[in-house]
Amino acid sequence: MNGQRVMAVVKKDLRKMVREPALLFLIVLFPMMLTLVFGISMGGVGGDTTQTYILGVVNHDTGPSSSWSTRFIENLSANPMLSVQSYADDSSAETALSQGKMSALVTVPDNFDESCDSFQTNPGDPSLWVRATLNVSVDKGSMVATQAIPPLIQQALVTTLSGQQSSMSLPVSLGTASMVNAEKRSTFFYMVPGVFAYGTIFIIMTVGQSFTMEREEGLLRRMNTTPLTSSEFMTAQVMSNMVMAVIQVVVVFATAFAIGYRPETGVAGIAMAFLIVSVFSLCCVGLGLITATVAKSAGAATGLAFVFIMPMMFFGTFVTAAAPNPVSSEIGKFMPSQYVTDALTSLFSRGAPVMSQSVVIDLAVVLACSIVVLIVGMILFRKYGNR
Amino acid sequence: MGKSAIEIKELRKDFGEVTAIERLDLEVAEGELFGLLGPNGAGKSTAINILCGLLEPTNGSVKVEGYDVRKESRKIKELIGVCPQEMGVFPYLTGRENIEFFGNMGAVPKKELKERVDGLLEKMSLTEDADRRVKTYSGGMKRRISLVMALVNNPKIAFLDEPTTGMDPQSRRAVWEFLKGISGDSKTIILTTHYMEEAEYLCDRVGIIDHGKLIALGKPSDLMREHGVANLEEVFLKLTGRRIREAA
Repeated sequence: MNGQRVMAVVKKDLRKMVREPALLFLIVLFPMMLTLVFGISMGGVGGDTTQTYILGVVNHDTGPSSSWSTRFIENLSANPMLSVQSYADDSSAETALSQGKMSALVTVPDNFDESCDSFQTNPGDPSLWVRATLNVSVDKGSMVATQAIPPLIQQALVTTLSGQQSSMSLPVSLGTASMVNAEKRSTFFYMVPGVFAYGTIFIIMTVGQSFTMEREEGLLRRMNTTPLTSSEFMTAQVMSNMVMAVIQVVVVFATAFAIGYRPETGVAGIAMAFLIVSVFSLCCVGLGLITATVAKSAGAATGLAFVFIMPMMFFGTFVTAAAPNPVSSEIGKFMPSQYVTDALTSLFSRGAPVMSQSVVIDLAVVLACSIVVLIVGMILFRKYGNR
Repeated sequence: MGKSAIEIKELRKDFGEVTAIERLDLEVAEGELFGLLGPNGAGKSTAINILCGLLEPTNGSVKVEGYDVRKESRKIKELIGVCPQEMGVFPYLTGRENIEFFGNMGAVPKKELKERVDGLLEKMSLTEDADRRVKTYSGGMKRRISLVMALVNNPKIAFLDEPTTGMDPQSRRAVWEFLKGISGDSKTIILTTHYMEEAEYLCDRVGIIDHGKLIALGKPSDLMREHGVANLEEVFLKLTGRRIREAA
């Protein structure tokens, strides 16, 4: 293996990436735009924030001695996660809820004060309590709201009756789920790992186009008249495409970081992510070679590349994360990109240690797939594509 | 004839049903500037591609500097430089980068490579444009760069497949002078061309191929004398009944 020849091919390919606008777009600008657009549309800009829910309140306990209901509504308003809007009657409040103007509606019954008074007088004897029910309606369209709001109301109720935030038996009942972590992560946070894999997949297209174009222009034939060996040529291709993959990771990471994304990992986790994506790029080079073997022209290579890009995209990147279902999960098991996304999710979203079992297994699967696909691609291209 | 640079014996090349070369016997001496003439489709480029190791012969024996093209193509590739019929230049690289790339393929040491590149660019009047990307070059400039790319590794044998096609007369004349200057010593040049006057001016010997067969071989002056005509175009006409461009 002659290093001078290998480095000459690597330099040529990197110069091509920098100087060919279409390639530069696919390698650098496309992942940057993708990250930005997803970041903005999926709520990733500005980082993860505390979600505020609009809560409608209808108070039917408006008699002269309604201090308990007033205090309850004040406690609801004091919660920074709730923006309380009062409604005069059930009808207007229900209309507002059905129109999506609020996340939930709580109706205070007319015996609320009486119930609270009975509790205050006999806190230790539930048999003497006057029972009341706070009716809560939650917008079912928001899964987070259905989980987060009832506990917040329960919390305000406990604070109203006991003056402290603790769980205790109360005369006023509320259908509650167990307390949920209401810290809001944007959808983008969970999609970023898939964006890394998605960007890298496009190496299939760039490799396929590049090889067919050089074949069409007689450049591969010309290189075949030199002492450049197949192994030198392929080594150079692997090196230059790994560099491109690393550049893509840097671009995606820098763009995501700039708009507020903060992964749950440190430098070692980020380094591991670079390694995983670099290994995955070998698989993409292999698939690019298969594309170039089959395609007769650069235009055909663009279309054919999608035969590999589409399934890997829909079953193994952020698309799967956005709409998970059992079928896509099963198909995803056959997509190397799924293991990349999973490893990066473990590192970036779950804060898994670098050498955790799940990350190491994912890396091993990606490595094994990449080696097999690359070897198949090289054999096919050498035999049928390099004509 | 001195030591053979190229020995072709009973070469045949078929592409499926089509026979590109039927039976070719040819020897080219070291240091010779040999012209392979004939219309398009005559089999010239096929012969060159076999000699470069790009195509396998169907039958026959082909040796380059004593190395068999079937078994020792790697050795052959270390000795040759090829200027293909298609441009074969990287459009996104500059002229200098294209030449350096092929110098690196020949593993020319860095310092020596720079000197050679500068020298060749100067000789081909390309110094001023050397650092522009090739995609901005005219067709003639691309041809000249392509020629330099074939010669930068100082090959023992240079295969130049129609190197002056598409050039203006002035550039063509400059290339002729350049080729005259580098031929001789131990460098062998195999040139294919449509231009009979080019072959007459440059070549020590020429072989005329038609329909995959060698129909004439010798010094241009000998062939013209033998057939009693004033130029190689008329030799071709006399042998085939067609003009070379009509045949193309």
